[in-house]
Amino acid sequence: MPDSIDIPPVVVTATVNGERVSRAVEPRMNLVDFLREELELTGSHIGCEHGVCGACTVRVDGTIVRGCLMLAVQADGAEVLTIEGLSESGEIADLQENFKTRNAAQCGFCTPGMLMTAAELLAENPGAGRTEIRQHISGNFCRCTGYQAIVDAIEETGRNRGEK
Amino acid sequence: MADSPVVTVHDRPNSYIGRSVPRPNVQRLLHGRGTFTDDIKLPRMVHAAYLRSPFAHADIKSINADAAKAAPGVAGVFTGKEIAELCEPWVGVLSHLEGMRSPPQYPMAIDRARWQGEPVVAVVAETRAQAEDAVELVEVDWAELPAACDMTAALDADAPVIHEEYGNNLCWERIVDEGDVDAAFDQAAVVVEDEFTFGRHTGVTLEPRAIISSWDPSEEQLTVYMSTQGPHMLQAIFAKHFGLEEHRVRVICKDVGGAFGIKVHTYGDEIATAALTMLLKRPVKFIPDRMESFTADIHARHHTIKARMAVAEDGKILAIDFDDLTGIGPYSMYPRSSGIEINQVLNLTGGPYTIENYRARGRVVFQNKPLMCQYRAVGHPIATAMQEALVDHAAQALGMDVVEIREKNLVPDDAYPTKSITGMPFDKLSHHAAKDKLLGMVDYAGLRADQEKARESGIYRGIGFACMIEVTSPSPMFYGVGGAPISAQDGVTLRLDAKGNLIVASGVTEQGQGAEAVLSQVAATAVGVTPDKIKIITGDTEITPYGGGTWASRGTGIAGEAAAQAGHALRDQVLEVAGIMLQSEPRKLDIRDNAVVDADTGNERISLAEVGRVVYYRADTLPKDYQSELIATRHHVPKKFPFAFTNGIHCSHVEVDVDTGVVKLLNYWVVEDCGTVINPLLVEEQVRGGVIQGIGGALYEECLYSDEGQLLNGNLADYLVPMAAEMPDIQVGHVTSPNSDSELGAKGAGEGGTGGAPAAILNAVNDALLPLGARLTVNPMTPERVLRALGKTE
Ligand code: FES
Ligand code: FES
Repeated sequence: MPDSIDIPPVVVTATVNGERVSRAVEPRMNLVDFLREELELTGSHIGCEHGVCGACTVRVDGTIVRGCLMLAVQADGAEVLTIEGLSESGEIADLQENFKTRNAAQCGFCTPGMLMTAAELLAENPGAGRTEIRQHISGNFCRCTGYQAIVDAIEETGRNRGEK
Repeated sequence: MADSPVVTVHDRPNSYIGRSVPRPNVQRLLHGRGTFTDDIKLPRMVHAAYLRSPFAHADIKSINADAAKAAPGVAGVFTGKEIAELCEPWVGVLSHLEGMRSPPQYPMAIDRARWQGEPVVAVVAETRAQAEDAVELVEVDWAELPAACDMTAALDADAPVIHEEYGNNLCWERIVDEGDVDAAFDQAAVVVEDEFTFGRHTGVTLEPRAIISSWDPSEEQLTVYMSTQGPHMLQAIFAKHFGLEEHRVRVICKDVGGAFGIKVHTYGDEIATAALTMLLKRPVKFIPDRMESFTADIHARHHTIKARMAVAEDGKILAIDFDDLTGIGPYSMYPRSSGIEINQVLNLTGGPYTIENYRARGRVVFQNKPLMCQYRAVGHPIATAMQEALVDHAAQALGMDVVEIREKNLVPDDAYPTKSITGMPFDKLSHHAAKDKLLGMVDYAGLRADQEKARESGIYRGIGFACMIEVTSPSPMFYGVGGAPISAQDGVTLRLDAKGNLIVASGVTEQGQGAEAVLSQVAATAVGVTPDKIKIITGDTEITPYGGGTWASRGTGIAGEAAAQAGHALRDQVLEVAGIMLQSEPRKLDIRDNAVVDADTGNERISLAEVGRVVYYRADTLPKDYQSELIATRHHVPKKFPFAFTNGIHCSHVEVDVDTGVVKLLNYWVVEDCGTVINPLLVEEQVRGGVIQGIGGALYEECLYSDEGQLLNGNLADYLVPMAAEMPDIQVGHVTSPNSDSELGAKGAGEGGTGGAPAAILNAVNDALLPLGARLTVNPMTPERVLRALGKTE
């Protein structure tokens, strides 16, 4: 019998999108399941559960992580930001607008992870060129677009930020 | 009524057709506020997990589920036999594919499992983790059987026969023989021959398949939330196999995280999930995980083809002759069948060219691997790659330029309407115009000069072209004629609300390609409102007009046309009642920018909001003998042609590293003729996304199997998909030959990219390797295979 069945829940307390939350969860629960199932923040998606597709990307203490590779208990005491919080803060309003006008989201399943990843690049290096942008998002699988619209949207956002 | 001036959607002032307006429904997806099926929780919902066969072929001697039943949180454990008691089996054949056979298939294996991954036992628990834990506690006593995995060997006399009653593993065979092929080969100046292998790959939608089933025994009502492309088709299937009336089944499809033909079939685990809610009387959710998806989703392609082409001295193609074999797993998929893919290969090969002699054999073979069925561009990548590789091969044998040989053989643009040698009727195609347009985008002479120069320094670059045709917007000749509950028609209902907003409901679904945007643009144009006034409703069998859904690039061509016609009807209704209010003749009025205006001057007479207010709240001010209507439904089904064929031409520019075998994509160009373009922004990224999926098949994606039928790379780390860093920018151009079967003139654009890319890349790689005497006829062209072709590895 798998061990985890008998292990008692552990309390995880974290600040998620600026709100302090506390939940008793199984120690094996990963962060993205915690966000989706316990907090009902369903904007972070699950595409592979083994760290390849990037659909579960969220920000923990200022750095992006794969929510399926991190356990919820590891986020105890951390600041977690999901696409919902990132949207409401207005931090990526320009990027979202460019995703919209460039048609950089089709089914939208990769989009929250893609925006999270792009937001990081734009914060670090708004002047990134197309090759750098492609490299930076190459851990985020998109099955629908040709990636080109996504690269366009990120490039345009960086250009506009640079001009400000 | 209807005495307003006749205008087509194209003549309307304030038209949104042909404009790159953003998609109306994208905002929520950008804010993480979409509703994908896995985002939904229903009261008392439980979670299903399936124990799947670890063997490709094995008898189930016994199942002991006692420990699983006692495990924490478990609500029930059910075998295939128990599920089968609730549900009729299905047979995945189409009657117009004559002679095709496939035995009844049950949702889960009963006494014998026939592929690794076939569902065997269903476990339902409070959480998915608990259900997965309990799956591990189920004990199955297996007796492994010899398996027929290799599709070619599956036809050998000594191969294990998967369905004993058939005597062998042949599912279907079709032969086409037109003209005098033997005479043509005898006369040929040059005959080229190749043996092609196209690997088995799969769809890898980023959102896996997803379903929540909910049975209300008090009303005998089954509600299914599902990530699907065809809600009405699924409604018909659930109803039929559970013995329910169709109105007792409601299929709701919220946001869909990519589909590409993966989510348009009948999967045993999904049907079983509907049975589980009936057994437990609680909502049941089932979301396969990624590794499960690799053996539970349909696979696609996998063909081996022996092909030859006869060519005259001047480059004229005299004949094509090929023998195609494809393996489809142990059953033909229901309800589309697994025969359509090869049928397309037989129908489409050679389609862009004038060919008078044509012979082809297609064989569909049962084997112990996952089921194979229609995935984006069904058969097109195979037909196009084979045909285009042969054309390049012939050009090379004749010492002719690859563009010149195509120019010589492409059907002239003024020859349409015409038919292909296989009897496919074409309305209007534009191969020469498309090729000319492409050559205006590609500096062909420059690329050739660069190629020469690069070779001097040991750098091998190649240029590959691919001309193609694409099946879109099918009529009932595709599936309905074969007896499948798949509607070729689709409907759109338009309703003007009391504030002058337009509510649009349609049977097509949105899975990211922009179906809702197209409906919105067409409806806005036909009625005369601005897009911000529009609300689109799709994906619910209870509230949308009946329709086939979204597949085979049919949304724009079919539902788009229904929206145009419904728009005209609603506009007539509005003008009629406005005419009464304004004491004006309806034909002297028009609707522009949300208001009724004088047709001549454009001066506003009354807003649509005011029309709505009067109609709904103050009908007492209208004549007593008059009843207004502000709702119209129209359907459209293609009638003139069985398919709205489109055409396109691709060009790929690659560099092959002859030391590592890695193919680098330098540039890519496509010209596509999909008729009237409703939204260039959407079409172009649709084409690009399609090309990228074609690149996946050409260079990376393959489900690798052991001889025993064990999948070796069933996860996203080992199964490679195209990622951003390796993908080129893709330039897209358009030629427009409107569809004469509709007012809108639109055809589909969803699959041409995927259909053409493998051919263009194959030709580009071979062009690069030409001076080294290496030639590849296999997809994917992995580094190892490139090196093997170069003789650099075993
Ligand atoms: S779900 Fe976490 S990387 Fe794919
Ligand atoms: S938009 Fe569908 S996966 Fe990226």
